[in-house]
Amino acid sequence: MKTNIILAGVGGQGILSIAAVLGAASLKNKYYLKQAETHGMSQRGGAVVSHLRISDKPIHSDLIPMGKADIILSVEPMESLRYLPFLKPHGYLVTNNVPYKNIPNYPEMDKLQAEIDKLKRKVTINADGIAKEIGNLRASNMVMLGAASNFIEVPSKKIEEGIAEIFRSKGAAIIQLNIEAFRKGKTTAKTTP
Amino acid sequence: MSVKLLLGNEAIGLGAIDAGISGVYAYPGTPSTEITEYIQAHPLAAERNIQRKWSANEKTAYEGALGMSYAGKRALVCMKHVGLNVAADAFINSTFTGVNGGLVLVVADDPSMHSSQNEQDSRFYGKFAMIPILEPSSQQEAYEMVKFAFDLSESIQYPVLFRITTRLAHSRAGVSRDEKHRKENSLSFPPDLRQFVLLPAIARKRYELLLNNQDKFQKLSENSSYNQYTPGSDHSLGIVCCGIAINYLLENYTEKPCPYPILKIGQYPIPEKLVKKIESECDELLIVEEGYPVVEEMLSDYFGKGKRIRGRLDGTLPRAGELSPGLLANALQLEQAKNPGIPEIVTNRPPSLCTGCGHQDMYKALNEALKPWGDGHVFSDIGCYTLGALPPYRSINSCVDMGASVTMAKGAADAGLFPSLAVIGDSTFTHSGMTGLLDAVNDGSNVVIIISDNQSVSMTGGQDSSATGRLDSICKGIGVDPAHIRTVVPHRKNHDKMVSIIKEEIDYKGVSVIIPTRECIQRTARLKRAKRKS
Repeated sequence: MKTNIILAGVGGQGILSIAAVLGAASLKNKYYLKQAETHGMSQRGGAVVSHLRISDKPIHSDLIPMGKADIILSVEPMESLRYLPFLKPHGYLVTNNVPYKNIPNYPEMDKLQAEIDKLKRKVTINADGIAKEIGNLRASNMVMLGAASNFIEVPSKKIEEGIAEIFRSKGAAIIQLNIEAFRKGKTTAKTTP
Repeated sequence: MSVKLLLGNEAIGLGAIDAGISGVYAYPGTPSTEITEYIQAHPLAAERNIQRKWSANEKTAYEGALGMSYAGKRALVCMKHVGLNVAADAFINSTFTGVNGGLVLVVADDPSMHSSQNEQDSRFYGKFAMIPILEPSSQQEAYEMVKFAFDLSESIQYPVLFRITTRLAHSRAGVSRDEKHRKENSLSFPPDLRQFVLLPAIARKRYELLLNNQDKFQKLSENSSYNQYTPGSDHSLGIVCCGIAINYLLENYTEKPCPYPILKIGQYPIPEKLVKKIESECDELLIVEEGYPVVEEMLSDYFGKGKRIRGRLDGTLPRAGELSPGLLANALQLEQAKNPGIPEIVTNRPPSLCTGCGHQDMYKALNEALKPWGDGHVFSDIGCYTLGALPPYRSINSCVDMGASVTMAKGAADAGLFPSLAVIGDSTFTHSGMTGLLDAVNDGSNVVIIISDNQSVSMTGGQDSSATGRLDSICKGIGVDPAHIRTVVPHRKNHDKMVSIIKEEIDYKGVSVIIPTRECIQRTARLKRAKRKS
């Protein structure tokens, strides 16, 4: 078992929480894990990326080699494309389709969608919309984790335990909300063509 | 044995706690900050009353740690690579004084300059100071190596340099914690009560002692378990890997073992016998190291008569930037996956000031006040406000080193530039701006110094600022005329007021200080969340 995941987004969108949840879940499953994060300057509204590697054997590099990512999991559509050089030929691109426009020259959404559509295996969902329906926009990152979980070889039960662990300090209601977001993301992605 | 998912930095923090430190001394700086933060937040730090408040700068941090070591206790001191430039005077001289309690300096280098103004390699400092350097290759090794570093420092009675780079600092992995922990040392004087007095007569003796210890440091490297030779079947090439470079090499050999002999280096000075062994067995050598070609330069044959040494200098690897598995695959001419490239439609998304940040209001006012004078009058410094160089503001013309805005504005005013202004943050000002302000006051320089005070060290994650609540009295104490210390809240509603204050102080012929003060909005939000939680 070996899964390489590129987590992409904009500083402040919560990709480190996704990484933390998957990290905790992997550890519970006795898997090895390496996860390189972006700290510092880029966290101020810049492009951020995390390389997450899960395996049943020891992992050498903290960085995923080019062309070796099984999944690109992005909470923002343009950011999902920035890391395409890392994606395997038949890897999955799973992205939120709600753009985060904090730059003046953000490309047109239909052109971004056309680029995404060129890929064989992709899932785009409106994670913000689903999170709002559940009751908190901030849970959109867990919606995206749910969507990608269909392609990650870590049991969903363990991921939900990871959510409970990472959000423990925020109370039972927040844990439940994030688990619900995760489940909704998972089922939505399954039914998205 | 418990396994915890830790950043390399956190593993180092935990290692230091378990090694029985009595203090951690540091100034925040990416990629080193989380070492100190981890210790600050750890329950054992409070229980053992480990000294853990942020220092004003890296030099005061290093000196604090040296004082703790003088008193017999173990001290950890942490900084980013450029921080060691600030602490260099204390560091280099501490290798003459030697230490009493263990003293370990962790320096986090930032190859590829993810969050830094250069990518200097701290191993040069270690060589310059002639002390052992340790360089871990994984989070687990980093954890264990801290304890080893303190033991080494206490056995040789010298500081030890512990060098990491961004990837290890900011990457998580499972770390198993050792069950056995050290207690802290008790208070004791150094063996010689004059060894820290570097008067020339004593300094000469201390230097001789340091020189005489070089053979010992070499022997320690020869026998270190962190320096390992792995045989290989193909002797057309030998590979020397420093620190985390080994991971990028082995990533290319997950299916079958690497055919070439490998020398993994984790402790310096480089182990002479092992280096000679791999050299004698192989036709060529490839040197793989994060940062500058430090080892490669040492081994390279100046006159080109000897063995071919490959690496960053001959173009086998890029001269600048951090390493990656792909760069190693290139160097070894291994097949790589096809790369589709980034679609052209993807545009850059540089970092930017947060919406609602007080620095934005300050820059809007500054730009308006400076309209009649045009671009080119504003020296700035290191912090979030450096983003004022980017659109839409484009307000500043320099970012060099901590505190340089004040002194460069003074120097340019000395040269005749008018108006000459500085924009510096609160914490950067108390780090290294105060002494420059004293120069300006003593010289009666015609400068306007804007201390954009957000009551926080924000770019590194919102640590407490040494300056909070003190800026007005510091400036008065340095001798700035109180009539020209102007405090204002940087806010949209105060825009006109700020513009006129800046214009008035430009017109004043002398040192003016303007202090726009409003708490960092990220810090406000964080404190509110923390309050709600408790």
